[in-house]
Formats: sequence, C-alpha cells, structure tokens
Amino acid sequence: MRVARSYRGARAAAGPLVYVGNAQRAALGEWVTLRAEGQPELRGQIIEAGRDVSVVQVLEDTLGLEPAAIEISLTGELANAIVGKDLLGRALSGAQDPRDGQPRPIGEAIRPLWGAPINPTQRLPPSDFIETGISAIDGMNTLVRGQKLPVFSGPGLPALELAATIVENARAPRGEPFAVVFCAIGITERETRTFLDRFTASGALERSVLYLNQAQDPTIERLLAPRAALACAEHLAFVHGLHVLVVLADITNYCEALREVAAAREEVPGRRGYPGYMYTDLASLFERAGVVKNKPGSVTQLPILTMPDDDITHPIPDLTGYITEGQVVLSRELHRRGIFPPVDVLPSLSRLMNAGIGKGRTVPEHRKWADQLYAIYSRGREARMMVAIVGEAGLSPTDRRALELAELFEKELVNQGTQRRTIGETLEAGWRLMDMVPREDLIKLSDELLASRRPQRDAAQRKEA
Amino acid sequence: MSPPIERSTPKLTRVVGALAEATGMRDAKLNELVRIGELGLLAEVLRVTGDRATLQVFEETMGVALEEPVARAGAPLSVELGPGLLGSVVDGIGRPLSALAAITGDFILPGANAPTIERAREFVFTSKVAVGAKVGPGDVLGTVPDRGGFEHRILVPPDRSGLIGKLFEGTRTIEAPIAELTDGTPLFMSHRWPVRRPRPIRARLDASRPFLTGQRIFDFLFPIAEGGTVAVPGGFGTGKTVIEQSLAKYAEADVVIYIGCGERGNEMAEVLHEFARLKDPRHCKPVLDRTVLVVNTSNMPVAARESSVYLGLTIAEYFRDQGYRAAVMADSLSRWAEALREIGSRLQEMPGEEGYPTYLASRAARLHERAGRVTCLGAPNREGSVTLISAVSPPGGDFSEPVTQSCLRVAGALWALDPELAHQRQFPAVDWHTSYSLYADAMGKALDASCDPGWTKARAAIIELLQRDGELREVASVVGPEALEDKDRLLLQVAAIAREIVLGQSAFDPTDAYSTPAKTFRLARAVLQLFDAGKAALEKGATFAELELSQARRALAMLRDAPEADFEARAAEVATRITTLWRGGPS
Repeated sequence: MRVARSYRGARAAAGPLVYVGNAQRAALGEWVTLRAEGQPELRGQIIEAGRDVSVVQVLEDTLGLEPAAIEISLTGELANAIVGKDLLGRALSGAQDPRDGQPRPIGEAIRPLWGAPINPTQRLPPSDFIETGISAIDGMNTLVRGQKLPVFSGPGLPALELAATIVENARAPRGEPFAVVFCAIGITERETRTFLDRFTASGALERSVLYLNQAQDPTIERLLAPRAALACAEHLAFVHGLHVLVVLADITNYCEALREVAAAREEVPGRRGYPGYMYTDLASLFERAGVVKNKPGSVTQLPILTMPDDDITHPIPDLTGYITEGQVVLSRELHRRGIFPPVDVLPSLSRLMNAGIGKGRTVPEHRKWADQLYAIYSRGREARMMVAIVGEAGLSPTDRRALELAELFEKELVNQGTQRRTIGETLEAGWRLMDMVPREDLIKLSDELLASRRPQRDAAQRKEA
Repeated sequence: MSPPIERSTPKLTRVVGALAEATGMRDAKLNELVRIGELGLLAEVLRVTGDRATLQVFEETMGVALEEPVARAGAPLSVELGPGLLGSVVDGIGRPLSALAAITGDFILPGANAPTIERAREFVFTSKVAVGAKVGPGDVLGTVPDRGGFEHRILVPPDRSGLIGKLFEGTRTIEAPIAELTDGTPLFMSHRWPVRRPRPIRARLDASRPFLTGQRIFDFLFPIAEGGTVAVPGGFGTGKTVIEQSLAKYAEADVVIYIGCGERGNEMAEVLHEFARLKDPRHCKPVLDRTVLVVNTSNMPVAARESSVYLGLTIAEYFRDQGYRAAVMADSLSRWAEALREIGSRLQEMPGEEGYPTYLASRAARLHERAGRVTCLGAPNREGSVTLISAVSPPGGDFSEPVTQSCLRVAGALWALDPELAHQRQFPAVDWHTSYSLYADAMGKALDASCDPGWTKARAAIIELLQRDGELREVASVVGPEALEDKDRLLLQVAAIAREIVLGQSAFDPTDAYSTPAKTFRLARAVLQLFDAGKAALEKGATFAELELSQARRALAMLRDAPEADFEARAAEVATRITTLWRGGPS
C-alpha cells in the first residue's frame, strides 16, 4: 500500500497508547512496530491519524517502555490475518503467533483483519437446522446455520462445558464438511484446558483452528484475536465451502479491553464506563456470521459472555442481545440443582428458530410442540413463584400439577448430562411430558395433531393408571 | 488592499473513526458533501473553523491516510427521487445495494459508487399537461407505470416553475428530459432533494383517518391516525422487529419505506426474501412492490446510519407529494441516536444525558414532525400522508432513558413492549396498561362510522375488563385464585381469553397474521358476549366450576384461526357455545 517509514522517539506514552508526533501520511489502522534496544519488538496500530499527533494502540504489554528512546516504524500495511486450510489443527495467539511450538503457518491468503460488512442483498436467509444434541436448544431454541446465538452465562456457570458439548455433538444436516474456530479471549488457563481437553479427546482438534488469548496475555490482543478468528472463519466458509462454527469466549473480557482503551484515550464514557460505540464495535464482530448467496459454506457464531452479577440488563449482555439472533441463558438455580446443561428456556430465545424447523427440516409440528411445552413450563414457573408467597399448601390442584410438570420438564427434558440426543429423541421426551397433561390444557395443539399421537398417549396413560 | 487569501488545496489532516479533518476548506459550507481520500469516500462537512473543516465520513475509513486529497461537491447530501425506487434496496446514502454487489462483490468495500436509479432503465412516460401549460412546484406532469402497476406521478420539482415548451412522451430513460420549459429548463422523471430538508407542502391536515395496521391490539386498543407517529420501545426479544415487519406487510398504506437502521444483516435478508414472496392481502401483489428498503446494518458505517433515517423520510415525503399514503417503519431510532452520540463524542461535544448530545431531543422532534397528513403542493389537488412507526431499543428495557423519552415527547402514541409478556409468549407483547394513543377518540369515531357503531363501546368494555383483570390478578397472587368470588374468577378467565384471542395475534399464522377491522370487532364482541353470558349464569345460580369456559375458548380460538370462507360457520359455533355456557340453566 504505502512505503514504510521510521521515526525516533514518541511524544508520550500512557497505558496501551503511544503518541507519535508528525507521522507522515499515517493511515487509520496502519500497522506499526516499536523497537527499543534490548527489548522485544512491540506491535501496534494507528487508531487516530493526525498531522500533529497520531495515536498508536500497542498490542503487547508496554511495561518499561521509554517513549523518547523507541524507534517507531509505520509499515504501510493495514492489520491482516493469515488464513488458509493449513491453519486447521493449529493453535495461534491472538496476534497470530504460533502457540503450539510449530512454525508460523504460511496460509493461502491474507485477509484484512477488520473485515467488511456482507452486502445484505448478497445474504441468504439462514434456514438450515444444526442438531446440537441438546434438547433445550434443538427443541426449544433451535440453532440455525449462519446464526449468531450467544450463551449468556454467569460467573462459575458451565458455559464452556456447554460450548464444548455443542462442538463435540453438532451434526450438519446432510453431513457436509465443517470446521470449528475457537477463540479464547482473556479466559483462564483452567477454562482453556477444560475446553481443549474435551476437544482433543473427541478428535475435533484436527478440524479446528484455535486462537488463544488467555488472561495472562496482553489485553489489547483481545481486540484483535476474535477478528483474526473471524477472518479465518470467513475464508474457510466462503472460499473452501466449510460450515464453520465459531466459539468466542469470553465477550465480557473483550468489552473490558475495549473500555480500557476508551478510558486511556479519555473518551466520554457511555453506560457503566463502556464506550458509546460499543454497540457498533460488537456488531462488527457478531455481524460476521451468515450465509452468502451462491457460496456453499456458512459462518455460525456461538459467543459466550459472562453477565456480571448475573445481571441481564448489564450493557454487555444488553447490547449483545440487541445484535445477536437470540440468546441461550444459563440459570444459577438449575446449575445448583445439578441440572446440565442449566439452560433456562424462558428467557432464552432463538430468533431464527422458525426458519430452521418444520416440514423438511425437523418435523412439521415442531413449532406447536415447542409452544405447548413452553406454555406448560412457564405456567409451572408462575406456580413456583406463588409457592414463595402463599406456600405449597395454598396452591390449587391445577397449580400443584403445573408445578410438578415444570419440575419434570427440568429433570427430564433440560437435564441430559453429556449424553447426546437426536432431534427425534428430544421431541419424544417432550411428548412424554405432554402425555401427562389433560387435553383441555393442551391449548396450542389441534385435535388432528393429538389424534396422530393418540396410540402412544393412551399407552402412557395406561401405564400411569 | 488586504493581501489575497492563500488558497491551499484541501487535504486530510486527521482521521479517527467516522470523523476526518481537512485544511484548505475556507469557504466550505455546513452539510456540504465532499469526497475524501484516494478512494473518494463520501463525507459531509460538520464544522468549519477558518481554513479547517471537520467531516463525517459515510464509508469505512480504515486505511485512509493523512495528506490524501479532499474534493468538494458543493451540494448537501441528497437523494434521487423518481420511478424505479419501489422494490429497491438502498443504503444510508442512497446507493442501491445490488449495484454495489456488482462492483465490490459479496462484501461492501469503500469507494464504490452507483446512482440510486439505474441509468439505463427505461420508463414509459404519459403526459398529463399540454404544451403551453403553466406549471409550478409539485404539479403533476404525467405518470409512469412503475413496479406492480403502481402509478408513479412525475412532479415538477419544488423549486421549478414556468411554461411548458416541449413534451417528450413515450419510453425514456431517467437521463432523458420529459419536458422543457419555455426558458429552456429541462425537466426529468427524477429530481434530487436534500435529505435533511423537509419537502414543502401546501397545508397540514388534521389526523382524522385511521391508519389500519391489521393487528388487533393496535387497531382496537391503540389505533393511530394516517399521518400519525408512534414510538414502539422494547428490550431485546420483545418483538419490535416482528411488529415493524407485520405492519410493513399488512398496514393500509400505498407505499412502505422500511428503514433498517443499525439492525441485523440476516434480518434484512429475511425481509427481502419474505417481502418478495408474500402478497399484500388487499392488492394481491408482492409486498416488495410497494416497498423501498433503506438498509444500513449495525456493521455498516455509523454516519450513514445517521443519514439513513432522513433518506427514508425524504423518499416517503416524495410519495406523499404524489398523493399517496406512505408509511415509514424505522427500526430502530435508538441506533440513529447512538450514531449521533458516537459522532458527537468524537467531536468532543459537551454530552447531555447518558452521553447523548444535547440536541438529541430537538433532532428527534424535527424528525417526527416530518410525518403528517397534508394537502400536497401543486395541481391537481391531492392529499397524501407520511405515517411514522419507530422502534426504540432502550438499554436494559428501561424506558426512562433519553431516546425513549425524547420520542415519547413528540409521538402521538406509545406501544410499550414488555419482556414479561414476551416471556409468556403473549405476542404482540404490548403492555396494555402503559401503552396509549392520543388518536384513540378520533379513530374510535371513524370506526364507529365505518366498521360497526358499537366499536367505541366495545373498546371501552375490553379496556375495563383488562383494567379489572390487572387489579384482580394482584389480589389473586396474594390470596390464590381459589379464594376469589365466582364472578371475579369468571372475569379472570374471560380476560385471559381476551388476551389470547383478541390481543394475541400470531405474525406467523397465515390466516391470523392480518385481521380486518370487522374480524377484530367480531372477536372482541364475542368475548364480551361470553362475559355477559357468564355473569347472567352466575346470577341465575350457576357456580364458576359449572361454566364450560374451556369449550367456549376453543370455539373462539377456532373462529380466530378460521379462513375467511369458514368464518360465519365458526361464528355460529361460538354463538352456540355462549348460549350453552351453563347447561344447568333454564334454556
């Protein structure tokens, strides 16, 4: 693009930022290297280009950096991601350095790290069902190819275990080739291990690319890691036709890094100190999911975020929920009761569910099935709230019945451990539950639909009698 | 003599986010368009200080370098208005997205440019005036059959007048004149209009005609008027977008402008797909034929997100000026406000509440005032309207935040979406206790006259039922429903049926997605009749447990879901269920 040029000495440095005076023809987003004698090379990029002063955001830790003594080189390039099929099976850092002791991957192509928006008219509406093997998702909040469906977790809840289970179990509808891109963003060694051990054991590793930025790694790298991961995913999907599942964990750490930079630049803060552009910034990650016309592959995203203090109205889950196509919410209460996966289906939602279920995808009656179960469970949860006020003795027989059904729903349908269920098994588990419900309470189901279920239903009722 | 002012060539001196600064801009005008950088990215002047100008850039600035050139365009951001807009998808600065795809492929890259209306496309122009006629601003020059047989009226631009010297009828492209004034001024099928300036009108009219949405809860409880405005705030997952889409599909409007402002790409793909497939129930033509989509998804440049709302409103006003009823679905104004905030904060303006600029409220007010029912400028005499339905996405679902509050101060109605109702899968999840419509009385009168004289009364009765239901449910949550009197338990049950059958409506059910006022009224009246029958039975000595409410409920549900041909048979079934509500009673 442009020629490289070097300058000696920065005007100032503060936290992750270095201020360079009179950088000629500096470009926004330009990649910069910083050298000081006896120190490892630092990398960064220009986040503000100015005739007078340009601001460089440094990737690595700036500990011990002496502004006056460094040599700053503007490379003339924008931040890039190396992408290619040879990255499958590899582990890289957030700055794309090898983390598995092997040489740097050569790659097939270079894509701009920042990516570009998919032209909305070139998108294909997502419509292919992904069987995750988890009833609370497949049955109640179906994941669809090209969707971005985050997991809203809380501190100490098994979000990564859930993600690992999904990665192990996910089946493409027609057995098409697929790949996994896992991007760790500021998660601990223990969390990373949990995920990777399961991953290695299931043999999923060889069709995966790992980008690891752990808690001890530089904060600013967290802003680049998911972008490198998504650039790679886009290449695998839209050049090689793979169906790519991208797991980003943990978006909360990403947002903290974003806030850190905003604060260092003394920007006007928005809610809870997060920058006003956090929605736009998060969208530039999450919108990199989808299916493109006339291209065989797809990018599906499964971001994980930790809701601080389990607060769903916190800016991170809140803004995420506005961008993503639904959310899978984990419940501390279910987790405490030993239910895995502890998915609370009431606040969970898959906006694209209708496009992925029904005739030719799952079964024609899937929607009605899910609506009816949802109604039963929601009614039971209402009854559970009543218990807190009037006590169990104060409940009417119908409320008591509703309460029992809600418990059964959690124990039988949601709680499945690590065992994989096909969509057929999930639906059957739901029908078994509904068989115990009197006809007049199955208000979402038509007579015709129930008639087709009658033989099984009668058998179930005989058994109960 | 003062020394001549040194003129330097305009060059970039600062680039940060969507903002840039340039020198050599001494005589730049506010809101003037410029092209910046080697790629010629579109930008707009926000501030001029001496030789320096601050610009907001409508395209991605990554890679733009200092000292790159700046070219002035002289004119403010405007949009080309003419035939061919219907069925098209443009971004926030009016570039058709399909044309961009032809240039930059599946991804949108900066620097691509394409005219809003395809140059080579031909239209057949039929004149409505004669040579020698005196024409003025807004006069109808002639017509062009547009997509789906829509009669596109070609107007004299608001800033032109004179005597017709020549007329050119027949098949023409957008670039060929269709008339020439005697002073030699050519007139075309299209003209440009600055998006931030409201188009002129002759007079404003009062809001007296209902804007029927086909959604029962809106038409019946919280109706809006043609030319009215409504704010639809709701947290995520409460169904704002589904409501906007349902209205775009079924509302009684001639033209719909759907503005996807900072929303999801997949959603836009679905809208395009759906609107092309789905037929509008009144005209039996694809919904897309009457729609213009303005799309600036959340990952597209933030400045173009800000302009997209004005662009959409300008297109709506243009169709209004032709004498049509235009409806604007803005999804969502919060993203527009956030774009203002983002740019304001980069400009280091003093922030107001929650970091939003202090001019948020006044900009929101001006934006809403572009809606209205009007007498159009020019001859022949005609009326048109712009109705604005704007979604608002309050952070954390908290309506006290600045964007919701700014909209509420100017909007004529509030459809408040409630996450609790959404969790109960009560859709549309409109909270009937907090929502309101300032148009309700006038619309009630109009529907008394056009649908059924009992409309206003039935509405009042349903509102009372829901009000009482709210109070009783609070009591029941403390003492348990069993402890209530029979008549109160009846009320709770009937209210539950009203919520399910009258207020609830599935956007995905092919027969129920759209409800005529007649159907809405019949369902509401049936629920009220059921309530009366129940009360009468209780008075005659029945107990609550003896009432066969669940059968009546199912009959009502079947009536709601019945295709039009079946409606009368189902209505008879409901009537039977209501009369046999209590079998123990005297027949």
